[in-house]
Amino acid sequence: MGYIRPYNRILLIGCNECVTVCAAGGRKEVGILSSALQIASMKDGKPLEVKENTLERQCDPEYVEELVGQVNDVDAIVSMACGCGVQEVAKRFPSMRVFPALNTNFMGASESQGVWAERCQGCGDCLIGLTGGICPIARCAKRIMNGPCGGSTNGKCEISPDIDCAWHLIWNRLKSLGIEDQYETIIESKNWKTARDGGPRKIIRKDLAE
Amino acid sequence: MKTESALEKVLASGQLAVTSECGPPRGSNPDKVREKAAMLKGFVDGINVTDNQTAMVRMSSLAACIIIKEMGLDPIFQMVSRDRNRLAMQSDILGAYAHGINTMLCLSGDHTHFGDHPMAANVYDLDSIQAIQMVKKMRDQGKFQGGDEIDHPPKMFIGAAANPFADPFELRVARLAKKAAAGVDFIQTQCVYNLDKFETWMSGVRDRGLDKKVAILPGITPMKTVGMAKYMKNRVPGMDVPDEVIQRMANTPKNKQADEGIQIAVESIQRLKEVPGVAGFHIMAIEWEEKVSEIVTRAGLWPRPEF
Repeated sequence: MGYIRPYNRILLIGCNECVTVCAAGGRKEVGILSSALQIASMKDGKPLEVKENTLERQCDPEYVEELVGQVNDVDAIVSMACGCGVQEVAKRFPSMRVFPALNTNFMGASESQGVWAERCQGCGDCLIGLTGGICPIARCAKRIMNGPCGGSTNGKCEISPDIDCAWHLIWNRLKSLGIEDQYETIIESKNWKTARDGGPRKIIRKDLAE
Repeated sequence: MKTESALEKVLASGQLAVTSECGPPRGSNPDKVREKAAMLKGFVDGINVTDNQTAMVRMSSLAACIIIKEMGLDPIFQMVSRDRNRLAMQSDILGAYAHGINTMLCLSGDHTHFGDHPMAANVYDLDSIQAIQMVKKMRDQGKFQGGDEIDHPPKMFIGAAANPFADPFELRVARLAKKAAAGVDFIQTQCVYNLDKFETWMSGVRDRGLDKKVAILPGITPMKTVGMAKYMKNRVPGMDVPDEVIQRMANTPKNKQADEGIQIAVESIQRLKEVPGVAGFHIMAIEWEEKVSEIVTRAGLWPRPEF
């Protein structure tokens, strides 16, 4: 709300992809946030005009292009996409203020209706073939590659009883696959060059790139 | 001998080793370190110096180790992988060795969640097993983790921790085997109150011959009060305090509970001395360093061997 207080007319844009699936920034959430912002502005005694649009994908310039012509009569853009979408929109409209409506959290999976949990950190060098299909980088609080640490209690992580001990899960999985002898193979120190530590990453598929 | 470590010498002689612990102050007064270390002089073969224990900022382990070394004592440099990446770890190891520190302990460290800076970034570039491999490579191959040659490689006697009580229990011997394969020389365990469970773990350790490869030092922590016993049971992750121990403290009048705590520690050492494969004891008298000499003496571990 602090972001948009100076403005009278905003364009609020959702995205039909991941943020729609996790009920954070799709068409429905755009409608809800739009109403909430207008009500809050009226309470402040200052009407706010909100235009709404939900793009197929905000991380793809082809779809962001659809916004051309819709930004001329607004003061600012608020994006309900993940951080990738917000940046694509900002890049396309260099003279507009573009604000994020969401805090992008993690790459996860749906554990049950309305519950999502982290599964992948995009480290660029996948280990889960060695760890029974469960990632210790994303799911161990200390990203220990040869766990479990001494704080595992009843299958739960020492930092919270709501977090499963990743290494407890890995061990159970190796056992159920009958490959528990694999546990004793030391996973060597990781080459973090492929992760964010190596700098911002880029993938170029020569067969697809123009 | 792989190193000049006093602890290695004691262990190699076949005598039971004794180590203890000194937590650096939450400030920069070197006398606090000297006072604690002086209480241990003549009663232990090595003094662990904790590294931002429980993820609270304290005087650096390396600096406190140097202070203790200058007193003519033998510090054990604890290093957690929570706060440093492999560059910082290796440079501190070189610095420690340059000051004559020759024994260290490789740990992952308590998560920042528990400490006074829960907003801090966790590093965890390496885990404890990978840190052991790194220190061993520096010592035995004279190479940095990245592969370059080291001029005057640091010869560290390498320790690590083990928790025989954490879950899943069936995995605990296997995890020790991984540390042994990584090249650890000695192990200090989590505080032992459940002696039966510790003995079960030791039997698993012996079955795999790990006690021949690694010196096992069970951890002994005297309890001051029944409140501390309950806190350890209920609040400290991976700690196993049986109800009988709590009951024994509870049945003791309040003004005698500290003595009872010391008595339990002495009895535990006496029983565990007889367990094959136990190579010594790690006595962690938390903010109670003045009691270490009494425990060592009453448990029949004094005088300490001299070399």
